[in-house]
Amino acid sequence: MSHFRSDTVLVWLLRGCGLLTGAISVVIVGFLLMESLVALRGVGVSRFVSDVSWHPSAGMAKGQFNLVPMIVATSLATAGAVLLAAPLGVGSAVFAHFYAPRRLRHPFGKMIELLAGIPSVVYGLWGLVVLVPLISRWHPPGTSLLSAIIILTIMILPTIALLAGAAFDNLPSEYLRASAALGLSRGRTLTSVVFPAVRSGLFTAVLLGTGRAIGETMAVLMVAGNVVQNPTSIFQPVRTITANIALEMAYAMDGHRSALFVCGLLLMAMVIVLVGFAEWVSQGRIHG
Amino acid sequence: MNPRRRMSWATSLLLVGFLPFAFPGCTSNNNAARDNQIVLTGSSTIAPLVGEIAKRFEALHPGVRVDVQSGGSSRGVADVRRGLADIGMVSRELKAKEQDLTAFTIARDGVCIIVHRDNPVTSLSDEQIVAIFTGRTRNWNDVGGLDAPITVVNKAEGRSTLELFVGHFNLDNAEIKADAVIGDNEQGIKTVAGNPNAIGYVSIGTAEYDAAHDVAIKLLPLDGAEASIKNVRDGTFPLSRPLNLVVNDEPTGIVAEFIEFARSQDVDPIVLEQYFVPLSQ
Repeated sequence: MSHFRSDTVLVWLLRGCGLLTGAISVVIVGFLLMESLVALRGVGVSRFVSDVSWHPSAGMAKGQFNLVPMIVATSLATAGAVLLAAPLGVGSAVFAHFYAPRRLRHPFGKMIELLAGIPSVVYGLWGLVVLVPLISRWHPPGTSLLSAIIILTIMILPTIALLAGAAFDNLPSEYLRASAALGLSRGRTLTSVVFPAVRSGLFTAVLLGTGRAIGETMAVLMVAGNVVQNPTSIFQPVRTITANIALEMAYAMDGHRSALFVCGLLLMAMVIVLVGFAEWVSQGRIHG
Repeated sequence: MNPRRRMSWATSLLLVGFLPFAFPGCTSNNNAARDNQIVLTGSSTIAPLVGEIAKRFEALHPGVRVDVQSGGSSRGVADVRRGLADIGMVSRELKAKEQDLTAFTIARDGVCIIVHRDNPVTSLSDEQIVAIFTGRTRNWNDVGGLDAPITVVNKAEGRSTLELFVGHFNLDNAEIKADAVIGDNEQGIKTVAGNPNAIGYVSIGTAEYDAAHDVAIKLLPLDGAEASIKNVRDGTFPLSRPLNLVVNDEPTGIVAEFIEFARSQDVDPIVLEQYFVPLSQ
């Protein structure tokens, strides 16, 4: 063996790190599965989509366990937030990189970073005491899908903007110089040179924003109203899956508790689908 | 051993090592009554409070272990009778057929109806409250208020305040037509304070404190009794209940000491922290 001793130690140390990281996700999924088993057996998968409502505390036989309205709420809130935040975030990154006056660039970047660092509960508190009363004056009750979308948009906006900015940073400067040498305008450079080159970076940015929106709990819990229903307008209160777990876990027992672990499993599945989708897109279209 | 085989060995070893952390519930202990161990089971309302009291008690009595498990008031009664627990936690008065047990009240729990401070409505009858929460009354002017839609704020399933509320008004939670569902008391108060047309219910302890500190809420009286900690303490406020520790026989030894400690002034801060009303003056 030509390895140095320290090299072997390092290799095993790194293997240990890798193993630990992998093991954590395996253990967590296993734990979720094991805890949900009670409900999956006692309630059955079909009742999670066919029951009339969500009233789980009456026990597994008499309770109602329909999760569909919460899946709908999570999807709608996430989709709404991503649709708003993606153009805003990418737009602000484009502004900061290509249009902002040199003096403004640095403070602007710092401000976005600050926005990304604000704890979610602070956003929630702001939403609860400012945003919700505002919407309530316009269209009661105020706690609604709309307020959830707005809060989520504000929260994932800096994530998208920062990651899009990082993608622009990584753009080889030869591209820009070549485009300048060709005499292209700034707008033309953006659409024909920059965007095609950073496509996968922008996609990653939006995807991480989506992940954050799905998983966000506290802020949404405070502004969404948390009524379990399929919303017919954006002014109606909704309950997301994450909010459901946070609201009820502290006092849930037996079948109810286990049903909340099913919610956790469901979230896990949504994230897996998202990651799988990203993988598929990046292999098939962006790098290919 | 080839490297791949070695890796999978390491993986399984690691996983096995993790199991005890992942499933802490597996090591349970249901034996009651050792000299140095107290087992309490029962109401999930009281369990968090007793859990805190138990921590303090354990610190004062080294070597003593207090095991607190929740599972509902009925389980508390059943476990004490069968000797599975030393003390049961029961968040209601003892029923007529439970008089063989002895109850020690450690605190009281009270819930009051709150509306926005600017709401002109000063009191609601039980029927009006039921009508509002079941969605039969949708506008404040039906109950003597302004012409504005009512925002009903309900509690999340499983909360003790919800249980007490629906129990008192003989409602089923499925009947309640809520516009917002909240988790803890502070969130409920902030929701009502931010919406002039909202109505909700929260623990009296929190509501009284916040109303006194200029939060824009108003506590409504019930059956003519003012919603206050004082009225909960002396039992005249209707929407309240005792939090009891129940035992089978005259408590002795460490169990008696624990009950005495749980009823002493030393635990008042803990009781207040959990938004319950302490009984000692």
